[in-house]
Parts: sequence; C-alpha cells; structure tokens
Amino acid sequence: MLEVRDLSVSFGAVRALRGVSFTAEPGAVTAVLGANGAGKTTLLRTISGLVKPKDGAIRFDGTELIGHSVEGVARMGVSHVPEGRGVIEELTVEENLRLATLWCLPRRQRAASIDQVLELFPRLQAFRHRQASMLSGGERQMLVLGRALVSRPRLLLLDEPSLGLAPLITAQLMGLLREQTEGTDMTVVLVEQNARSALSVSHHAVILNLGQVVVSDDAATVAADDALRHHYLGF
Amino acid sequence: MSLFWDYTLNGVASGMIYAALALALVLSYRATKIINFAQGAAGMLTTFIAFSLLTRGWSYWPAFVAVLLIGFAIGAATEFILIRPLQGKSELNPVIVTVGLLVVFEGLAGAIYGNASRGFPPAFSQSGLRFGSTTIDFSHFDLFILCAVLALMLALLVLFRFTALGLRMRASAFSREIARLLGVRVGLLLTLGWGLAGIAGSLAGLLVAPTSAFGPYYMNLILVYAFTAAVIGGLESPVGALVGGLITGLCISYVGGYLGSGVEPAGALVLLIAALMVRPEGIFSRPPARRV
Amino acid sequence: MTGLAERARSLRLQRQPLVRHLACALVAGAILYWVTDHLSAYNDYQVGEIASYVVVLVGLSLLTGSSGQFSLGNGAFMAVGAYTMALFMTHTGTNFILELAAAAGVAAVVGVLLGIPATRLTGPYLAGMTLLFALAVPSIADKWPATFGGDQGLTVAPPTAPGSLSAEQWLTDIQIIGALVVMVLVGNLMWSRYGRAFRAVRDDEIAASLAGIHVARTKVVAFAISAACAGLGGALLSLSTGVVNTGAFPLTLSISLLAAMVIGGAGTLIGMVWGGILLVYMPQWSTSLSSDFNLGIGAAAYLATIIFGVVLIVAMLAAPNGIQGFLRWLWVYGRARLRERRRPTAPLAAAAGD
Repeated sequence: MLEVRDLSVSFGAVRALRGVSFTAEPGAVTAVLGANGAGKTTLLRTISGLVKPKDGAIRFDGTELIGHSVEGVARMGVSHVPEGRGVIEELTVEENLRLATLWCLPRRQRAASIDQVLELFPRLQAFRHRQASMLSGGERQMLVLGRALVSRPRLLLLDEPSLGLAPLITAQLMGLLREQTEGTDMTVVLVEQNARSALSVSHHAVILNLGQVVVSDDAATVAADDALRHHYLGF
Repeated sequence: MSLFWDYTLNGVASGMIYAALALALVLSYRATKIINFAQGAAGMLTTFIAFSLLTRGWSYWPAFVAVLLIGFAIGAATEFILIRPLQGKSELNPVIVTVGLLVVFEGLAGAIYGNASRGFPPAFSQSGLRFGSTTIDFSHFDLFILCAVLALMLALLVLFRFTALGLRMRASAFSREIARLLGVRVGLLLTLGWGLAGIAGSLAGLLVAPTSAFGPYYMNLILVYAFTAAVIGGLESPVGALVGGLITGLCISYVGGYLGSGVEPAGALVLLIAALMVRPEGIFSRPPARRV
Repeated sequence: MTGLAERARSLRLQRQPLVRHLACALVAGAILYWVTDHLSAYNDYQVGEIASYVVVLVGLSLLTGSSGQFSLGNGAFMAVGAYTMALFMTHTGTNFILELAAAAGVAAVVGVLLGIPATRLTGPYLAGMTLLFALAVPSIADKWPATFGGDQGLTVAPPTAPGSLSAEQWLTDIQIIGALVVMVLVGNLMWSRYGRAFRAVRDDEIAASLAGIHVARTKVVAFAISAACAGLGGALLSLSTGVVNTGAFPLTLSISLLAAMVIGGAGTLIGMVWGGILLVYMPQWSTSLSSDFNLGIGAAAYLATIIFGVVLIVAMLAAPNGIQGFLRWLWVYGRARLRERRRPTAPLAAAAGD
C-alpha cells in the first residue's frame, strides 16, 4: 500500500505540490487526474525519486521512500513508466525488457519472464530482436508497460500511457492493466489526462488542482458526479 | 610505388594507436558526454610508471598488465572526483577541468622523471617482418600493435553486446534517467566507463612509447590525432574510433611522407576542419533520437 | 534651474562609457608612468610583461567569457604575431608601431581563417580544434628554419628610447600603453551593441539569430579580435625577451593563458590584470616554493605547471567566476546587505498568499 502524506514540492518559486495526501491500495488502480500543470507528473516523479520534495512523507508498505536514490527506489519494487514512455531506442525490444530484469531476476528466470510478457503483447514478438526505434506509438507503450511488468513490481506508476494513442489501443491497454492488477497485490497509480478511460479501469480516483488534492473518492462515485467531472475534468 | 606501401603500412600501424586512444575518448564521451583532454597525458603518466617498473627489474608483461590496471584506476578516479560534481552545470567547466588535469599530469611526470627524453623498450622486435626473401616495412612490433588494439576492441565488443554489465552500460549511456528508473546503478557504471577508457589510454601510451622520443609531452600530438579520429568516426562509436583512427593514421602518414615530416600536425588540422565542415557528427553517428 | 540640472545629469559620465574608460585609462597611465619611473629595471621588465599578457588575456576574455567560444590556441596566435613582427623587423625597416599593427593584423587574418570553421563547433569540439592549431603552428615554423630561424629563432630589437628615458622603461611604457589602449577599445566594444551581440550569441544562439544578429559573423569577429589581441600581446612580449622561437610558445602557454583568464575572471577586464600578474609571478613563486621544499631545479619548472593545473581544476569546481567574479559578488552582496540594514524589510509572508 502506498501512503502519501502532506507532500510539498517546489521548483524555485513555483509550488508544484502543496500538502498532497492520499492512499493507494494494493490490487487496485488509483487514478490521479486533473488539468495540465496540476502536478500529476511531479507527483509520480517525486515518488520514484527523480524529484526531491521539500516536505512530507511517502511510505510504501511501511518503508519511507524519500531520501533513497532513483535506482534504490526502483530496486524496492517500484516501476515508474514516465511521461513520454522512455523506450530506449538504441536497444532492441528484447534488450529493453532484459534490462528491467537484471536487478531482480537470476539469469535462469530472465528469459522465461520475458517470454511471459511477450505473450501479453503478441505484436511485440515480431520485433523482439529489432531496434525499439522501429516501433509505433502504441507498440512502444506496450513495450514500456511490458518492461514495467517484467520485474513483477509491487508499485506501478504510469504517467499518461494513453498520450498520442488511438482510442482502440488505449482501451486494450487499459483493459490489460485492470486484468494484471486485480487479484494481485500490486499497487497501481495511473496518471491520466484522458480521465474517461482512466476512470473506467480504476477503483479509486484522486483529482489534483494547482498542486492540491481536491477530490479523493471511489472512481465510480467520481465518474457519476457530473458537476465534479465538468469542473475538474472537462467532460 | 614501394614508398606508397611503406607509408600505407606505417599509417595502419600508427592509425591503430590513434584508434586505441580515440576509443578511450569515445568510451568516456559515451558515458558522460565529456571529452577527456587529459586522456593522453594519463596514458603518458602510466607509461612512465611502466618505465619505472621495468628499470626496477619487472619483466615486460607483468608491468604491462599492472599499468593497464593503474590506467583503469586513474580513469575511474577522475570521473568520480572531478567530473561527477560538474554534471549538469555549464558545458565548458568539465572541458577546462580535463585541460587542467592534462597540465597536472604533464607537470607531475616532468617533476618526477625530468625532461630528458628516454627510450622505451619495445615488447617485440622493431625490424621488419620477413616473407620469404622480402622484408616489409611492418615490424613485429607493428603487428603487436595491430593485435593488441583489435583484441581490446573485440573484448569491449563482447562486453557490450553479450553481457548484462554491457547492457547496463549501454543503457546508461543512451538514456540515463530511464536506466535509473529500471534499477540500474548508473553512477557506478559511468565510473566504470571511464575506467575502461583509462585502460585504452594506457594501452595507447605503451604502444607509442617505443616508437617515439618518450618525454612528458609525447602524447599531446597523439591526443589531438586521436581526437581527429574520434570526430571522423563519430564520438559515440567504438567502431568509428577504429575506422577514424585508420583514416587519420593513413592521412598523416601520407602527408608526412610526401610533404616531408614536420607538417603532419598542420595536415591533421586540415583533416579535422574538413571533417567538421562536412560531417561533424562523424561517420557512425546515431540518428538523432525521436523520443515518443 | 531644473532644466540645466537635467542636462548635466544626462551628460554624467555614467552614461558615457567611452569617456569613463578613457578617463580611467589616463589616470591609470599617469600612475603607472610615475611608478615605472621609480622602479628598478627588472621590476619595469616585469610590469611590462604583465601588461603584454593583459593584452592577450583581454582578447581571450572577450572570446570565451563574452562570446562563449573556447580557445586553447591563443598561444599559437601569440606566436603568429611575434613571428610577423620579427619578420617585418628583419626584412623591412618600418617603425615599430606599424610592425605591431602588422602583428595584430596578420594574427587577425589567421583568426578569421580559424574562426570560420569554428562557427560550426561547440565547446569540446572547438577546444579540440584549437588544441590542434596550437600544436600545428610551431610545427610549421620548425618546418622552414631558413625563414623562421629554426631553434635559435629570430631576434627582435626593442625600439630606441626617446630622450633621456632608459630603454627598459621606454619598452615598459609602450607595453603599458598597449595594454591600456586595448583595454579601452575592448571595454567599449563589450559595452556597445557588438558586446551585446557577443553575449547574446553566447547565451542562446537561436534566440540571438531570431533577434536579427548574424551569429556566424559575430563569432568570427570575436575570434578575429581575440587573435589580434594575442598577436599584439605576443609581439609586445617578444620585445622583452628579444627573441622569437617556437620554444617560447608551447601548448602549456595556451593552457596557462586559459587558466589565468579563468582565475582572473572570464568576461571581465580588470580580472585580466590579476591573470597577468599570476602568469608573471607564478613561475617565481613556484621556484621559491620548490627551493623551500628542496626539490631539484627541473622540478621547479614543472611545479608551476602543476600549480596552474590544480588551481584551474579547483577554480572550476569551487569558483568558476574567478577572482574578479568573487570581488564582484562581494560588492553586490555587500551593497545588498547594507541596503537591508538601512531599510527594514516588510514581512513577506502576507505577500505570498495562502
């Protein structure tokens, strides 16, 4: 379980996050929504250690995350798929996936894990030994999602996975995400601008506005509340 | 015509040395996007250490290996102590730091060993190889140069393509932030990259020493030739370092041969300027990344 | 009355950098003339050396500090200027001002030739190219010993002193005048529209070109000016030593120039005086330092280079703006603190909101 308490982040004079607090349960997808600039990406980057907060606490399964290096946080089982996906273009699909297994799986298990992930994304099989630069937008998203899952993370942070993708692919990915989460003890935090699709797969929703939490509730409740949706999410 | 072949063989041998030092520049550049101008001087310093060991009675191969390891240590220490603190700040500062380090190494070598040029014993005979009754202008030592540099490149190739460590290093060089998010200890790998560069630099120093007057400044020209080679081949390409080294070596050999010795640096300058005007990113450069 | 007061204010020296610079230069010149009159010949010699280095450093400061281009080759431009003057002196009999001008001019032309490919290069690439240049120039001189005098080099004779001045003092005065003239000219340049163009190109080339600045031309001009300064400085310096040979312009010279500029304060003018002092006195300090520690004579020469290198490294890590930068920071910081004391600051919490 992820517990964020009173998190404050500033970039010089700009206060990106102010006193953000929420909880994300295991086995569930928690959506973090809000307009551009609300602080959603900053939130994820602070959890994974790329950004150092001014104040507050981030506890995952009891362990404090703040103060650890980025690679240290990753090695605690936190997989952060950043904005812009972060496919390493110069490596092959297989190498991208293998990279994620190096710290957590012994050599014998790595190939099996990679095979498992490629079964989830059959379209990537054909590109297995090709450079990742050849992949389309949707295929890249599959790759980074697969790369995040291959290390069997306990906390999965996804930043705008649907960006630039066709609705059909987005729906497929979201469905897959929900499938992979339910019944496991993986905690998922999903940042999305496409609130509609995010709400359809999440169990819990947090809405940020200007760096502060304004709503924290069941996803279904938030989806049903027209006024809320119109005001903060634009639909 | 036989002169042409002499110059060509000469150019290949010296080109391999430039390739080795260029490889060092490429390795450290790939890791940290910084050109280590002190790389040649570090190679010089380690070669002086080898010289000391040899005069103390060590035999050649143990001294050779020891000095390569010292080169590794110097390279790693340079990254950790001097370059790490400057990451992310202005582009000029690390350049100036490596230039300062160049001067410090030269000063140290001069202060400890004095200015007189000395001879460095070659590992193999420097007489030409004989095929039947002909002797070509390519000595046993030149063959050793060729083999040593190719062996180093092969070892690095195997490391980068086929090992987990190599994968991590490549990922760290291509995409530092993503690698960190995937649990890769990038800092350690950058230091390792500079350490490997140090090995290549030490090798270059050892290979040059027997063929030239060996004093504190002897690697300066080699460094700028290696820089030219790295630019021609592409600053992030080890294969480019090899190709660039050969091209540079051949050009300089022809310039020195046909236009007389002494103008090689000017010839190299023209070559460098031409390369920078025509294809500044080098022959084997990566296409600019499209991050989607 | 207010009208007159306003006009007077608008004519105040602060609005006229040229006038201010000239005034400073005249005052400095007068002081220095009096000083050199009273110093021994040896000290005059050193002051002259410092002045010559200042000429070179001012050009380098313009190139690297103001226009952001890197050069490890200014020692070679010094050689170009010195050899030019020596050749003119040997083969023609013109007066020394023309010879100095020729030195600066030829160096400027070479600077343009090098500056054109340099426009396409950034930081380390430019460093590499100028490094190669620094090694190539001496090799050309070595190649044709008949023209360039080979190892012995060419001799240069300092100009004859007018009237009752001693030869050393006259030479020193020339060098000081040279330094002051260059400082005034470059200082004005840095304050003018061209100076702003240099800095704009340094900070952001794309933005500068969008603002209508011809980026490549600006960079080449900076290169040419810095080469001219180096050529002039090299010529002036060689008048002190009396001989021009390749041994006087090793790679270490270019690096020492860089170190001196950085330590003095890149982009400043007065900082270059600190740099010049450093260049002239460092070998002496290190010699006495090495004799304190009982190191050999050979070690003494190298100790200076080691110290330069170490100071350069430490400066980059700790104080990249050099001495002048530090002094300026003190000045600004001190004034801010004084102002705070005089006016109590209003509470800021209310202004920040939430």
